[in-house]
Amino acid sequence: MIRKLICGAGALGGSLVAATSAFAQDAASAASSVATAAATAAATASAAATPALIKAPTAAQMASMVNKGDNTWMLVSSALVLMMSVPALGLFYGGLVRTKNMLSVLMQVFMCVSIIAVIWCCYGYSLAFTGGPTPFVGGFSKALLRGVDVTTYAATFSNNVYIPEYTYVIFQMTFACITPALIFGSLAERVKFTPLMIFTVLWSTFVYFPIAHMVWYFAGPDFLSANTSDAGLLYQWGALDFAGGTVVHINAGIAGLVGCFMIGKRVGFGKEATPPHSLTMTMIGASLLWVGWFGFNAGSNLEANGLASLAFINTFVATAAAAVSWAVVEQVVHGKPSMLGAASGAVAGLVAITPASGFAAPMTSIVMGLVVSPLCFFFVSTVKNKLKYDDTLDVFGVHCVGGIFGALATGIVAAPSLGGQGWVDYTVFPAKAGTYDMAAQMITQLKAVLLTLVWSGVGSAVLYFIVDKIFGLRPTEEAEREGLDITEHGERAYNS
Amino acid sequence: MKFIIAIIKPFKLDEVREALGALGVAGMTVSEVKGFGRQKGQTEIYRGAEYSTNMLPKVKIEIAASDELAPRVVETIQQTASTEAIGDGKIFVLDLASATRIRTGETGDTAL
Repeated sequence: MIRKLICGAGALGGSLVAATSAFAQDAASAASSVATAAATAAATASAAATPALIKAPTAAQMASMVNKGDNTWMLVSSALVLMMSVPALGLFYGGLVRTKNMLSVLMQVFMCVSIIAVIWCCYGYSLAFTGGPTPFVGGFSKALLRGVDVTTYAATFSNNVYIPEYTYVIFQMTFACITPALIFGSLAERVKFTPLMIFTVLWSTFVYFPIAHMVWYFAGPDFLSANTSDAGLLYQWGALDFAGGTVVHINAGIAGLVGCFMIGKRVGFGKEATPPHSLTMTMIGASLLWVGWFGFNAGSNLEANGLASLAFINTFVATAAAAVSWAVVEQVVHGKPSMLGAASGAVAGLVAITPASGFAAPMTSIVMGLVVSPLCFFFVSTVKNKLKYDDTLDVFGVHCVGGIFGALATGIVAAPSLGGQGWVDYTVFPAKAGTYDMAAQMITQLKAVLLTLVWSGVGSAVLYFIVDKIFGLRPTEEAEREGLDITEHGERAYNS
Repeated sequence: MKFIIAIIKPFKLDEVREALGALGVAGMTVSEVKGFGRQKGQTEIYRGAEYSTNMLPKVKIEIAASDELAPRVVETIQQTASTEAIGDGKIFVLDLASATRIRTGETGDTAL
């Protein structure tokens, strides 16, 4: 302790000296310009002396390519993304159901996170993030986290920059945890707990892990050039999805839509009033989602650099713009802007900007936010009422529709001509900016959306069917009327 | 003895209570209730799902009063709870067969 104090005093003294000398430099401004010129020359010389980039570095070399700032940011981001599922998504969804089903929603989300975290380490990470014989899914080479330890590293999006592999396992785990939980919103108030959890495990295994592999897996900037086919299918196509518009939102959104058709409408749907039991909870949940989403999007940059800041500001303003535009739409259509509308708009904006967060510019992000809300509003009010499907919490209308819009808009806003970041070609070493062809990119984005819709839509339908036949997804009508809190969990959310 | 049931607008409760206290009413029972009458309900819209709520929140006051006090209680409630708009509520008066104070076993007017 005493030594620390002395060190502290030393540091203080040092900074005082530095400050004094800086002041002296300011005073002699004429002399300083000469000094600056000299410093620039020195900097150029030292840049030239920087060792060349290492292609395919060894683990020992990677160890020197880890930045503590990057690692810190990624660990903080991981915690933020966990916060998005518990408590944020639980509260956002929970507030929207009736009192008698509040705990069922909270419990489903809580257990989804817990179960997926376990299977992620058992085999999920391996299936998603190892190279396999096919570009559709990885293998079992890292099952049970074999070969992952404190001396292994995961690639980022820069040559010769690495983060500890455990950090990458954790960060991606939080994504795997929240995605199936999004689906629950479509089935809320009428699904049995244990069969739903079994579905969650199956869905993650056969839908999420493969899609995550297809979109995000690649050998890394220092390795892809050696074997350009060592990447997931959609990655090889060149689909742009910065933080998971296809993998998370379209994927879960379509699974939700298929689910609400297969499980059927709630008892009394359209006849009995089913208003949200606590929009206060929903507002807290939506706000925590907004905060957590900074980890989701800016964290997806994998490095704490300028692009992370770009993703951060894009996430901030697209959400704000979408909340505003949803409120405006409601003001025009209903004459009153609602809190639920503002929260829904914010989530729609977050969903839309997710794939584009690291590619768009702040102003194009705002445009995306302004456009996504009217679109989602149209789906959750007009389309849902016309087609009369019971997507309880509008997982399709917000996540799938917002996700599709975001994925397609990414093809536009990523264009360097619109201030976007374009795409980086990692098949050459060192990586260089690729030539941006907006029309071709839009077609690629559309193909990626369609593949996700079909893979998840069909896969989910098969899995719902199997789980329903073996275990039965739907509670009895009596249990549903009584409420899932009592019938599935034996407790009530509010005892007063 | 009379048993008086008044349904009034919730925000008028404090005013009514004070006025009745000044009149010498020693106690009352208050409950939050819902109901409908001539006053129209509101429409709630949640993401495009419209619910028209016909039931409006009101406050129900129950008072047991002696035959002499009862007309003045009714008059006081009527005057203090009125906003001269629809939805102000109603007052009902019933004959009360008996009243017993649980602590002492007293009955009749002395139990009120």
